[in-house]
Amino acid sequence: MSEGHSTYTPKTGLGRWFDARMPLPRLVYDSFIAYPVPRNLNYAWTFGGILAIMLVAQILTGIVLAMHYTADTNLAFGSVEKIMRDVNSGWLLRYMHSNGASFFFVAVYIHIFRGLYYGSYKAPRELLWILGCIIYLLMMATGFMGYVLPWGQMSFWGATVITGFFSAIPLVGDWIQQLLLGGFAVDNPTLNRFFALHYLLPFMIAGVVVLHVWALHVVGQSNPTGIEVKSKTDTVAFTPYATIKDAFGMIVFLFFFAYFVFYLPNYLGHPDNYIVANPLKTPAHIVPEWYFLPFYAILRAITFNVGPINSKLGGVLCMFGAIVMLFLVPWLDTSKVRSAVYRPWYKLFFWLFVADAILLGWLGSQPAEGSYVFMAQMATLVYFAFFLVALPVLGLIETPRRLPNSITEAVLEKNKGGGGHPSGATAAPETKG
Amino acid sequence: MIPKSGNRFSDKIMLKQEDRAVENLRGFGMKKILTSLALIGLVAIGTGAAGTGATAAEEAHNAAAPTHFPIDEPKEMDWSFTGPFGTYDKAQLQRGLKVYKEVCSACHSMNLVAFRTLSDLGYSEAQIKTLSAEYTIHDGPNDAGDMFDRPGKPSDYFPAPFANEAAAAASNGGAAPPDMSLLAKARGIERGFPQFVFDIFTQYDAGGPDYIHSLLTGYDQTPPAGMVIPEGTHYNPYFMSGVSLKMPKPLSDGQVTYDDGAPQTIDQYSRDVSAFLAWAAEPHMEDRKKTGFRVLVFLLLFGALVYLTKRKVWEGVAH
Repeated sequence: MSEGHSTYTPKTGLGRWFDARMPLPRLVYDSFIAYPVPRNLNYAWTFGGILAIMLVAQILTGIVLAMHYTADTNLAFGSVEKIMRDVNSGWLLRYMHSNGASFFFVAVYIHIFRGLYYGSYKAPRELLWILGCIIYLLMMATGFMGYVLPWGQMSFWGATVITGFFSAIPLVGDWIQQLLLGGFAVDNPTLNRFFALHYLLPFMIAGVVVLHVWALHVVGQSNPTGIEVKSKTDTVAFTPYATIKDAFGMIVFLFFFAYFVFYLPNYLGHPDNYIVANPLKTPAHIVPEWYFLPFYAILRAITFNVGPINSKLGGVLCMFGAIVMLFLVPWLDTSKVRSAVYRPWYKLFFWLFVADAILLGWLGSQPAEGSYVFMAQMATLVYFAFFLVALPVLGLIETPRRLPNSITEAVLEKNKGGGGHPSGATAAPETKG
Repeated sequence: MIPKSGNRFSDKIMLKQEDRAVENLRGFGMKKILTSLALIGLVAIGTGAAGTGATAAEEAHNAAAPTHFPIDEPKEMDWSFTGPFGTYDKAQLQRGLKVYKEVCSACHSMNLVAFRTLSDLGYSEAQIKTLSAEYTIHDGPNDAGDMFDRPGKPSDYFPAPFANEAAAAASNGGAAPPDMSLLAKARGIERGFPQFVFDIFTQYDAGGPDYIHSLLTGYDQTPPAGMVIPEGTHYNPYFMSGVSLKMPKPLSDGQVTYDDGAPQTIDQYSRDVSAFLAWAAEPHMEDRKKTGFRVLVFLLLFGALVYLTKRKVWEGVAH
């Protein structure tokens, strides 16, 4: 889409001088002003921009918090409380940062589900999708290490459990675990390296985000119809059309974010993390942050040995396998049609998958006992079946609905009245928000 | 790449093998396969919902040997500090401080709370000076290298009742009483589905104070017949991690003298000290909620303006 000529023409002498030497203004102009975007993007497409501002917000609040934080097992908990009590607006910075992590994940999950629903991962966007998966992995590592820093009970025991996964790997597992911990148990060296990595990884995320956006600008955005842009009438200019729509999406998102920061700042956390870490006292239920819960449920669902693979290794393999599935999606989906809008069966299975992911999340928060274990096993089966059975098989046997010939045709069809916009059909065009 | 029209795909796909496989599947009834796959998914998810009820039912019986704690859910109280416009009741916090000073502080430290912050409770600078001077602070070393005792200053923190955690545990039957600075945020009973969804809309943020109040008023109950209460512990159905706890009933009617006419009952003491602990755990709560209101109003107005601008920009552009 953005290949070919640039329409940027500097108006001032200084602009021309600059453009001949380092065309940065041209890059910005081509990427964020003249860049053509499909005219039919809905609000699900605003989450890319939302994620960008969340990353910036996390980095800014994080840098200031790091100025007041002390990465030492004897001082960490107290230094966080010092931030909460004595640092000017420290409570705001810290609640923005801790809830910001949660809302970062809310946005990334919507972003990922949007990609799955509209088939945004299909050729030629496989690399774009994989770069996104790498960002997601880096986010998980960053979020996990960040949760350890306040050195509460859940910080400590979450770190103990999660680094324990690595010891399940045959032969090198213990060595990897000791390298992660800087010793044989979670202790001061662990806290120090986690702090260093927690500061480093967001900048790596920012680096991969640059690649992600670059790849996006090469292949162009997908859109709700999944049909490639064919002519100029299919697109509008990024500014003002996408800019203003993204801005509105961001403000709505920030509204929900602010609601939690100011009114329910501890709702998404765990009370135990306000108790200082105690290696001698294990909490009744060790629960990770909510955004890891589906994977935690999958980990604990494997309670049986399969041949040489014991249940612990099996759980770890399934948990990592659950993430690997995402990387493979572009090749697992055999359908030639991108968007679920035209795939009635895929649409049904997609929503089943969403329900299953939510169920897994809830199961991850429950103790692994009684009927919960069986439910988690069933839900895990459904999770993998979606990727390994539904995605490949549906593409072969499903009859897609009729596809419009172009984005413009789809838009005009939708606006002809009938579907969805009865008021828009009779009223003046300005009612079409 | 993408089929141009909605022709049945068997006309479109050229690979013969694939065709045959598809035909076979067709013969079996593609819809049937898909429906049954979807059903399997639904059943698996349905088991989830059904299983929840089953687990709850399992827990219900055998009152003498419960497996899940607390036995009784905390009672939800009416607090001045909950809700979007919640504020601390200063008189209540002062009474709560009195209960803490005269009762709780015999065993529980409050290491993170400085005397200077008591100005939040409505005390003047002079009152805080007097109050902090009542405490003896172990300080030093001085110029001669000796440790010494001196009266407290507003910049000091509440001194702990025991020299260290081991001493606290030794004097309290083996378990050190928890520090109270963050207790109101460090306690809370899981609310369960669907309550935790409603909590978002009701802004329920008093899990800690509700728990503390219920625990303090939950003594003096008779355990169910046949229940084994370990030696040296006290039955309390509101305790979150067992049938009983080491802490004996700490409050009794008339124990602390109030000078503002508030009832001198266990219930009132418990409410007051729970509110005081809520403040101790979250001293900037009022500021937070006030700022939050302004932020939300701003976002609402700004959002409305941006939305109108967006409509104007997209006017006449079908999308």
